[in-house]
Amino acid sequence: MNPLHGIEPFPVAARKALADKQLRRNLGHATATIRDKRARVVAEVPDWEELRRAGEAIKAATMARLDEHLIELEKQVTARGGRVHWARDAAEANRIVTELVQATGAREVVKVKSMATQEIGLNEALEAAGIAAVETDLAELIVQLGHDRPSHILVPAIHRNRTEIRDIFLREMSGVDPDLTDDPRQLAMAARAHLRAKFLTAKVAVSGANFAVAETGTIAVVESEGNGRMCLTLPETLITVMGIEKVVPQWTDLEVFLQLLPRSSTGERMNPYTSTWTGVTPGDGPQEFHLVLLDNGRTSVLADEVGRSALHCIRCSACLNVCPVYERTGGHAYGSVYPGPIGAILSPQLTGIKNNASLPYASTLCGACYDVCPVRIDIPTILVHLRAQAPAPAAEAVAMAGVAWAMAGPRRFRFAEFLLRLGRLLGRRGRIRRLPPPLSAWTASRDLPVPAAQTFRQWWRSARRPQ
Amino acid sequence: MGMRIALFATCLADAMFPEVAIATVTVLERLGHEVVFPRGQTCCGQMHINTGYQRQARKLVGHHVDVFEPYDAIVAPSGSCVGSVRHQHAAIARDPVLAERVAAKTWELSEFLVDVLGVVDVGASFPHRVTYHPTCHSLRMLRVGDKPLRLLRAVRGIELVELPAADQCCGFGGTFALKNADTSAAMLADKMRHIVQTDAEVVTAGDSSCLMHIGGGLSRAGTGVRTLHLAQILASTL
Repeated sequence: MNPLHGIEPFPVAARKALADKQLRRNLGHATATIRDKRARVVAEVPDWEELRRAGEAIKAATMARLDEHLIELEKQVTARGGRVHWARDAAEANRIVTELVQATGAREVVKVKSMATQEIGLNEALEAAGIAAVETDLAELIVQLGHDRPSHILVPAIHRNRTEIRDIFLREMSGVDPDLTDDPRQLAMAARAHLRAKFLTAKVAVSGANFAVAETGTIAVVESEGNGRMCLTLPETLITVMGIEKVVPQWTDLEVFLQLLPRSSTGERMNPYTSTWTGVTPGDGPQEFHLVLLDNGRTSVLADEVGRSALHCIRCSACLNVCPVYERTGGHAYGSVYPGPIGAILSPQLTGIKNNASLPYASTLCGACYDVCPVRIDIPTILVHLRAQAPAPAAEAVAMAGVAWAMAGPRRFRFAEFLLRLGRLLGRRGRIRRLPPPLSAWTASRDLPVPAAQTFRQWWRSARRPQ
Repeated sequence: MGMRIALFATCLADAMFPEVAIATVTVLERLGHEVVFPRGQTCCGQMHINTGYQRQARKLVGHHVDVFEPYDAIVAPSGSCVGSVRHQHAAIARDPVLAERVAAKTWELSEFLVDVLGVVDVGASFPHRVTYHPTCHSLRMLRVGDKPLRLLRAVRGIELVELPAADQCCGFGGTFALKNADTSAAMLADKMRHIVQTDAEVVTAGDSSCLMHIGGGLSRAGTGVRTLHLAQILASTL
């Protein structure tokens, strides 16, 4: 299964998700909570709009010279004792990481929460090579133990409530207290005991990266639990997989993003655990460091002038939390590890539109995502841009061509209005309750008013008003 | 001195909701302005743009621009259609400069009344309990803010009640309502629940399209709540 696209088109997957009442409640509660928290902490920043503009400008400037920044990053990482690997696609990245782990002889790796490794299906690839990948982010652990898929970029187990989490722990976690309750503290302590053993024995860790500073060769990981820092400091070998768009030119660029990211993602003023490291420091932390630079479709996104700003995303998830579609369907319906509005523009661009043709339509274009995006990605405009590239269903194309023909001039339009008025015959007491497919999609849940007996332009003419 | 205003009726109001376009004329004329109706107008092309039919949309945009280019002020009772004119036309039109020029003189009704004419009280009277739904494109594309509410507050006899979670999309989204009918219906269900909570007799908005969706749901559910376009309330007198 490709982590970037599902088997079913969005409307089909969404229908199943919508039928799950528990899921609707979990999502509605969780997104509303994060949404309100974000709004409160963003409102206290007087220069928030300037920060957003700065974030946007830094990203745009970086993308314009991405090749130079990446080469500089490679130079600096190498000079500080790290090794840099270039991966064209998921298969190549997985092969590189697998071989690096095999070279250490380890059979188990601990993982820092990472979207890039989700995107390439690294856990599955390692498993196929007989290597166990242990997720250490609490929510990722819940997903992994539940043999489930993440449904949110930041809160991958957002679709689960704490009772469901307790049941997963009781079922899957060896040595867990059988009297475990669904008290959040008890659940966290159970996970802590489970993970400590892993941290203390792991020889290899795998992480992603939130940022990589080209001028210094420094990698930054931003997390809330400290579990990531355990992985980044205790094992002997650290392998970081990062999308090539994560590079920033200078250390001072982090000043902007470390303000934008926590407030947009978790609604916190400051991020709890921000880990940065530069190559290898003798006698301190991992003594072997590998950086895998992942393309996996990104350079083709970069070639699209309208769509390329999707690469500016800093994975905060603010757009998911405000999206009325995401709130109701949840992340699984999108079929990609990148769900929600950003996923609807990123996934089709990474896979090619044919493999994700329904995602650009998974939006009402309400614009809430654009308003909250910390780097001002104009998601609605990119959605519309991608819709123009998506293959159109034949019947729809005919209908739309017919409408366009009718709208081409006032005479044809009047004729179309005449035909439309025949629709009055379908109505009773001013409304139409049932229409044949495809318009039955409308009347399944909504009445339609009957077309007016006299159109506006007929009224205008009959009232002999000025043209 | 009165202005000469070109009415951009929108294709939907022309064919399905002529009373909305008539109300727009009534309000503008009551304020002492001359309204003309450029007969060549058809559709701004928004549906084609947003559904991915750029080639066909380009022709419609070109036609719209040609029809409205001669006028100094163009007013439409739709945040969504004006949003398309202002934020999408130039990127699609064969002549972006001309499209930009037409866009610069095109206004959504509440913007035109408050910003251009400087009027809040349009002399309307509507003694009913009303709640207002801010449509997404008027809110987030045009940034009309509280202009529609200021106009409504000045209406005599009106009892205006706040809609909970007002800024949440109603689930219409143009062809989204058909392509993703189930998700659209789920969003509509929440919007209707909030409307019914207000005990309003009437829910109003600045877009006939969203109102057609909301009204269709309210009618199907037998709630008894009516939908009226903002222009219709502003046109009402005793």
